[in-house]
Amino acid sequence: MSRYLEIYWLMIRNSLIREMNFKANFLLWIIVEFLWFVGQMVFLEVIYAQVNNVAGWSKWECVLLIGTHQITSQIFQAFFYVNLAELPELVRTGRLDLMLLLPVDAQFAVSTRKFGMDNIINVLVGVGVVVFCLAKLHVVPTALQIALYIVAIGFGVAIHYAVLFGLATAAFWIVRAQGLIYGYFNVFNIARIPESVFPYSLFKIIFTYFLPVIVVANVPAITLARSFQQPWTGLAQLAFGAVFIVAITRGFWRFALRRYSSASS
Amino acid sequence: MNFAKYVKVFDIGLQNTFVYRWNFLLRSVFGIVPLIGAVFFWKAIFQSKGGGINGYDYSSMIFYLMITVFLENLITPTEDEWQIAAEIRDGKISSYLTKPMNYLGYRIVLFLSYRLLYIAVVLVPIIVLAWIFRDHLRMPEHAITWLAFALSTAMAAFLQFFIAYALAMIAFWVLEISTIVFILYSFEFFLSGHVFPLDIMPAWLQGFIHWSPFTYELFFPAQVFMERVQGADLAKGLAIEAGWLLLAWLSARVLWAKGVRKYQAVGG
Repeated sequence: MSRYLEIYWLMIRNSLIREMNFKANFLLWIIVEFLWFVGQMVFLEVIYAQVNNVAGWSKWECVLLIGTHQITSQIFQAFFYVNLAELPELVRTGRLDLMLLLPVDAQFAVSTRKFGMDNIINVLVGVGVVVFCLAKLHVVPTALQIALYIVAIGFGVAIHYAVLFGLATAAFWIVRAQGLIYGYFNVFNIARIPESVFPYSLFKIIFTYFLPVIVVANVPAITLARSFQQPWTGLAQLAFGAVFIVAITRGFWRFALRRYSSASS
Repeated sequence: MNFAKYVKVFDIGLQNTFVYRWNFLLRSVFGIVPLIGAVFFWKAIFQSKGGGINGYDYSSMIFYLMITVFLENLITPTEDEWQIAAEIRDGKISSYLTKPMNYLGYRIVLFLSYRLLYIAVVLVPIIVLAWIFRDHLRMPEHAITWLAFALSTAMAAFLQFFIAYALAMIAFWVLEISTIVFILYSFEFFLSGHVFPLDIMPAWLQGFIHWSPFTYELFFPAQVFMERVQGADLAKGLAIEAGWLLLAWLSARVLWAKGVRKYQAVGG
């Protein structure tokens, strides 16, 4: 275990050094994220100029949900996104062979090569947004709520990771899996929608338990800011969903590796 | 002008893209998830409002979302800008420069062949969706609408393509263009009407929306089909769209000419 931590620390250090060579790019990525946030805010402003709640959620609760989604997805992107997005290319070119030869777990090797510092800035912006919303809502969360919020975010990051990892692993069968990366962004689009919007349906069951994107930001947001709603069912669903999808994608990856025959070698 | 060679390029484009048919299908299936999310979200909004919003009700909102999804699949370039930028960066365009073929023409033909194949694959999920939402879809009442819709959609396709092309030209000067592409994406995402119809925005923004090029990438053709813009306004909108199209085409040409002059064929 400590060996893995040591390797990981070296990877992070390398990434930081590499990224500081492209400072302009670094700033531009922060601007991109900022623009997305502004766009979503404009949308909510337009909606809440018409209504005062959507399926029981007030404006600032919705913003808090978006901020929570921002925190979760940006933590995931900081640590894993680039690595997983590059996995299809590693498979296509056969460079995956090098990773498989390393004396560490293959999934660890392909998941942790690079680290995105700009995403950490965006995480901090997300935290700022959430705190601001709490103030607007006049909610002071208890220590237990904050602790559960952090645990829930951890499960959320695991879900983000597993979904993209599963999609990227499909690259063993589908040449050029770029379309699958769009799949990730498309699917997580609904994570920013209040869960009460979705009626009880097959759609909701699938996206709660098996591809748990509905719960990924909703559960932590409810836990933190909607204390009148009991959080335990949601937290259990989130934990179940996270464990399920991490296990499934890990199995899928091992299955894919077994039939991997490399390219051009 | 010899069209035969461009027909050949079209054929090659189709064959190359055919390899990615599963990619297309998966992409469109995943693309449906946010649409369903949006439908439920709007349902909750209209329930809470208990009435229409700026001339939209639940039914026409679904109709609007369906048209934009269809248009997006039909006309939005998906990988063209990345491919062009990569060809410039890796020095691959050297081989095109020696061919008796215009690179822009070559790229337009490839774009058309991609779109044709893409929509052919994606039509299946779209038809399923259209059937599910059949009660909310309304065909235009006037025959002329079809013509105006076809015209505005064709112009929107080329407007989007020339913008993507002009953007990819930046690769002549900058190694890594993905940040710039994503900045444009974020503007397009919200200002083209992909998330919500632009006419529900506050009145003080409508002047900007009227003149913004992004409006004509998706929102305007959708409005034409829904017959929410007619008569003189329709003519004016088409004129503005044509103006932007001309401007985008010119910038694509100028940037290419300037870029090629500076081009050093790295690794080519």
